[in-house]
Amino acid sequence: MRVVGIGNRWRSDDGVGLEVAARVRALDLKIDVVERDGEPVAVLDAIEGAGAVVVVDAVSSGATPGTLHRLDASTTPLAQELFNRSTTHHLGLPEAVELGRALGRLPDTLVVIGVEGESWAAGEQLSAPVAAALDGAVAAVVEEVERCTSRP
Amino acid sequence: MSERTIVTEYLARVEGEGGMRVRIEGDRVEDVQLQIYEPPRFFEAFLRGRRFTEVPDITARICGICPIAYQLSSVMAMERICGVEVGGQLEALRRLIYCGEWIESHALHVFMLHAPDFLGYESAIEIARDNPELVARALELKKTGNHLMSVVGGRDVHPINVRVGGWYRTPSKRELRALREPLERAREESLAAVRLTAGFDFPDYEREYELVALSQPGEYPIERGRIVSTGGIDIDASEYEEHFVEEHVAWSNALHSHIIGRGSYLCGPLARFAMSYDELTPLAKEVAAEVGLTPAERNPFRSIIVRSVELVEACDEALRLIDEYEEPDAPAVEVVPRAGVGHGVTEAPRGICWHRYEIDDEGTILEAKIVPPTSQNQKAIEEDLRGVVERSLHIPDDELALLCEQTIRNYDPCISCATHFLKLDIQRS
Repeated sequence: MRVVGIGNRWRSDDGVGLEVAARVRALDLKIDVVERDGEPVAVLDAIEGAGAVVVVDAVSSGATPGTLHRLDASTTPLAQELFNRSTTHHLGLPEAVELGRALGRLPDTLVVIGVEGESWAAGEQLSAPVAAALDGAVAAVVEEVERCTSRP
Repeated sequence: MSERTIVTEYLARVEGEGGMRVRIEGDRVEDVQLQIYEPPRFFEAFLRGRRFTEVPDITARICGICPIAYQLSSVMAMERICGVEVGGQLEALRRLIYCGEWIESHALHVFMLHAPDFLGYESAIEIARDNPELVARALELKKTGNHLMSVVGGRDVHPINVRVGGWYRTPSKRELRALREPLERAREESLAAVRLTAGFDFPDYEREYELVALSQPGEYPIERGRIVSTGGIDIDASEYEEHFVEEHVAWSNALHSHIIGRGSYLCGPLARFAMSYDELTPLAKEVAAEVGLTPAERNPFRSIIVRSVELVEACDEALRLIDEYEEPDAPAVEVVPRAGVGHGVTEAPRGICWHRYEIDDEGTILEAKIVPPTSQNQKAIEEDLRGVVERSLHIPDDELALLCEQTIRNYDPCISCATHFLKLDIQRS
C-alpha cells in the first residue's frame, strides 16, 4: 500500500498533492508515502511495485476550487483534460499511468484523489479554497487506504 | 492571397505563459513567435535575502530534470566570490553526479520525448504497446542515471548533498563500485541508442549557427570550462554579460537571449559535440564515426544522435571517475563569506546554465541572475521554425504542425521547470 503525492511546491496549488502526502505521512499509518514532482518516469517508478496505490494530485477541470475528485485508474485511463501538467509530448500523470499499463507495471488498485486548484502562479502558498480542502483531501486518502488494506 | 496561421500553444496553468505562432502569407513566412520557457525569476527574487549557503537547495527546485546544473552553477559562483577552489576528488564527484544527470535527462529525451517523432508514434505510450522491451530498456537507462545521482547526491530529484565548498557527505569507494555494473549495462544501451537513432529518417535541414558551449582542455565540457563559440568568443563566465544579453520581446513574458551585435546562437549537445569532439572518450568517438556523425554536423534534427553519443560519453566518464575515486579526507572545504560578485556556468544537458550572484560580507544574497539554456536557445528555435516552415510550405497543415513541434523538441526544452502543456491548433484563412 502506497500513497504518492505529486506536485510542484513552487507553483501555488500545484503543490497540494505534496502537502496532502506530508499530512498523511504524519498520521503514521504504517504505509509507504512518497512525493514526486510530476516527472513522468519518476511517477511511474513511484506507482510501480505496490499492490495498491493512492495518488494525490492537483486537478484543473473548471470545477469550484477545492473540489475533490475521486478517479479510479485501475482499469481505465485518466481523463487527460483534468491534468494540465504535461510536456511537449503530452507526458503527465495520465500518460505515466498509461505507460505503466502498456508495460504491465500498474498496481491492481490505482486510485487518484484530485484536488481542484485555483492558482498556478509562482509561489509557495496554497489558495484559500485549496487550503480549506486539505482536511477533506487527507480524509479521502485515508478512506482509500482503509478500503484497500481491509480487503482480504 | 491565402494566409495560414499555425498556432502551437503551450497553455500553461498560468494563462498566456507559453505558445508558438507561425503566420504564413502565400509562400512567405510572415512571422514566428515563440514563447516556451519562463525564466526562473521567481527563484531569483526568492534567493535575495537568503544565506549564500542556501543556493544549492533553493536552485535545485527550479528543475526536476536538471537540478545538478542549477546547483553546481550556483555553488561555483559562490566559491568564486569567496575565493575558494574546490579541487581533487571533491571536484571529480561534481563531474560524476553531473554524468548521472546527463544520463537520466538524455535517456528521457531521446527515448520518451524525441524518438516517437521519428518512429511515427504519437508518444512513448504507443511505442510501449508495440515494443515494450525498448521502452523498458530506456527506463532502465534513465534509472541508472537517477541512481548515480542518489548515491552521490543523497536523493535523485532534488539532491540534498551538494553544498558550497563541496559535499555534506562523500560516498565510500564501495558505494561507487556498486554502480559499475549498472553503468556498464547503461553504456551498452547507449551504444545501441546511437545505432538506433542514427537509422532514423531526418528532415533535410541545416543552418549555420553560432555554436556556444564550454571548453576545457583535456575533457568533454560538463561541469567547468571557458565559454567559447564558433564565432570567436572565448571568455570566462564573468565576462558573459559583455557578450550576451537577454531581451524582452513583445509577445512573451519570457526573455530571449542573443549575442550582442550578432543575434541568435545555439547551445547544447550539437554545440558541445562540434567544438569538443576531440575530447570525447575513444568509445564515444568510435561510435560517432561508425554512424557517420562528424563535428561538422549542423542538422538540429540529428541532435538526437548527438545526445545518444553523449550518453556513451557520460557512462564512460562516470566509470572512469569511479575507478579513479579515492575517498577524500574531508567532504568540503571551508567557505567564509566575503562581499562580492561571482559567476558560475556549467553544461546542463540542454546547454549552458549561467548564474551571477552578489553577496555581502555576511553572506546574504543581494542579487541573483540565472540564465537557463532553454531561454538561450529560444531565438535559435524561432529561426529554425522559420527555416523549416519556409521549405515545407507544400505539406498539409497537420504534418507541418508536427514538424514544428519536432523542431522545438530538437532543443529538448525544459519541461518540468514550468507547468506547460501543449495544444495544437491550425487556422487557415
